[in-house]
Amino acid sequence: MSVIETETAPSVRIAPWRLLASNRLTLASAVVLAVILVVAIAGPLIAPFGVNDVDVSRQLQPPGVAHWFGTDDLGRDVLSRMMSAVGTSLLVAVVSVAFALVVGAVAGIVAGYAGGVVDTVVMRITDVMFAFPVLLLALAIVSIFRPGLVTTIAAIGIVYTPIFARISRASALTVRTTPYVQVSKTLGTPTRSILLRHVLPNVTGPIIVQTSLSLAFAILSEAALSFLGLGIQPPTPSLGGMLFNAQGFLYQAWWMSVFPGAAILLTALAFNLVGDGLRDVLDPRQRTLLEARRSR
Amino acid sequence: MRVSAAPLLKFVGLRLVSSVVVLIGVLIVVFALVHLVPGDPVRLALGTRYTQESYDALRAASGLDRPFAEQFFLYVGHAFTGDLGVSFRNGQTVTSILLGRLPATASLALLGIVIALLIAVPAGIWSALHEGRVSDLIVRLTSQIGVSIPDFWLGMLLITLFSIVLRVLPSSGYTPLADPLPWLQHALMPGITVGLVAGAIMTRYIRSAVVDVAGEGFVRTAASKGLPTAIVTFRHILRNALVPILTIAGIQLATILGGVVVVEVVFAWPGLGLLVYNSVAARDYPVIQGAILLIAVMFLLVNLIVDVLYAFVDPRIRLA
Repeated sequence: MSVIETETAPSVRIAPWRLLASNRLTLASAVVLAVILVVAIAGPLIAPFGVNDVDVSRQLQPPGVAHWFGTDDLGRDVLSRMMSAVGTSLLVAVVSVAFALVVGAVAGIVAGYAGGVVDTVVMRITDVMFAFPVLLLALAIVSIFRPGLVTTIAAIGIVYTPIFARISRASALTVRTTPYVQVSKTLGTPTRSILLRHVLPNVTGPIIVQTSLSLAFAILSEAALSFLGLGIQPPTPSLGGMLFNAQGFLYQAWWMSVFPGAAILLTALAFNLVGDGLRDVLDPRQRTLLEARRSR
Repeated sequence: MRVSAAPLLKFVGLRLVSSVVVLIGVLIVVFALVHLVPGDPVRLALGTRYTQESYDALRAASGLDRPFAEQFFLYVGHAFTGDLGVSFRNGQTVTSILLGRLPATASLALLGIVIALLIAVPAGIWSALHEGRVSDLIVRLTSQIGVSIPDFWLGMLLITLFSIVLRVLPSSGYTPLADPLPWLQHALMPGITVGLVAGAIMTRYIRSAVVDVAGEGFVRTAASKGLPTAIVTFRHILRNALVPILTIAGIQLATILGGVVVVEVVFAWPGLGLLVYNSVAARDYPVIQGAILLIAVMFLLVNLIVDVLYAFVDPRIRLA
């Protein structure tokens, strides 16, 4: 155990970014993500049309010079709506995963380090949350409160919290028994300092990996909720909502479903591939079934 | 070799106890659902036009007029006897509604897992045995796409292809499994949708399980003593990779059971997912509670069975 750590620790510290950049697939995915991010931020400024510019005379126009991705049933520009929707998707994903990360990591580190009753209680709570499939739990939360941006973020954030708690706990448990933490404890270092200086750095690798993977799943969850009409509410454009609308026009207007769906796929794929690349560098030994349990 | 049954029994016992603890937690969450609704769930369900009598009747029927703690124990007690209350909408018992929907979801989930296994087992093994080659890269990238694709969009693409362009399959609808052929006609597209996504996830795990086993010392020994590749592959690698493969298949089956909501909506497949969706829209809380409880219990059960099987097959688990 200690041999492995002394072998891997320095190499991780020396050149994680160079290692990461040497994986061409990861690098390409990171570039794609950067482009998506730019579109998301600059979208409203560079979009050729307003997101809700209704013009029935131009309804259901196929992709062309004026409308690159065509128009929908109300004559709205699909590309312009997508540019805005991608921003909303990313906002939901980033805020909800940030919530899950902070709450989950704190709970997991405290549980793993404290052990005993605290650990048991925190872990049983995560067990209970794991018993509900992701989308169902999110649906239940949305069914209680009024659907909208905040409810969507809260639902996805809550649903993805336990995985961060489990991962941080596992790392905290391992670190707790290492000689340097034991020595530090014996020397009288306050628990808070041990947690911040010794435990937290050891948890970061797995957490960074999980963050990237969770962002992919959060994008998919938001799309699914919005598709069901329980996420982002119209007239605010969302990729899931656009796909719901496209269902009635599969025959007449393939572009209404193909482009927004491809945007979801591309974003989720990029986050997943970056997560995979990060895992190879930061956390090569993590092959857990947790991810499978939490995926969809 | 004779192995004592005691450790296995102890493992199963402990696992049962922890499942019961989680089940109690699940019951608390499901019970709390209706009480977390801001405002009066009965009033919300009845809408704007109702009489005081109908309001009082529904409230009394759902037990919402009793003290909080009493309600919880009543709910749990009734749940254990199979009584999950009465729908706010049509007065049917929740249990009968759920039982009516279960076959559609269960048959779809089974078809999905069969399709997933048909894809994932060969793809995962092939990819692992050709680690680092182009074919491995293709399998890995394809499975990543499968993991990242929104299932409802995949369903829409399939409808476009098979129902609109090729006109070979119906875009929606359901026939019970009793009529196998019409059932398959309707179930094929939702089944493929569910199966492709689950298969993509499973491929990744099967690949990594096989890669792990293939790197073990005994495999190297078997290969270096000149055993034919086929024997090494089937007898040494696959046999040992079987346990993780079964585990991931079980977990995916449980996930599919609870995760088919969107796919059922796309294909108008009248299972539990579509039921939850419609009940959320109708604010029919007893049905939402019942369906979520049923799905969570199935999820727990499948996981329990997988864990016990795992311990049964692999002594290292129960002796650890």
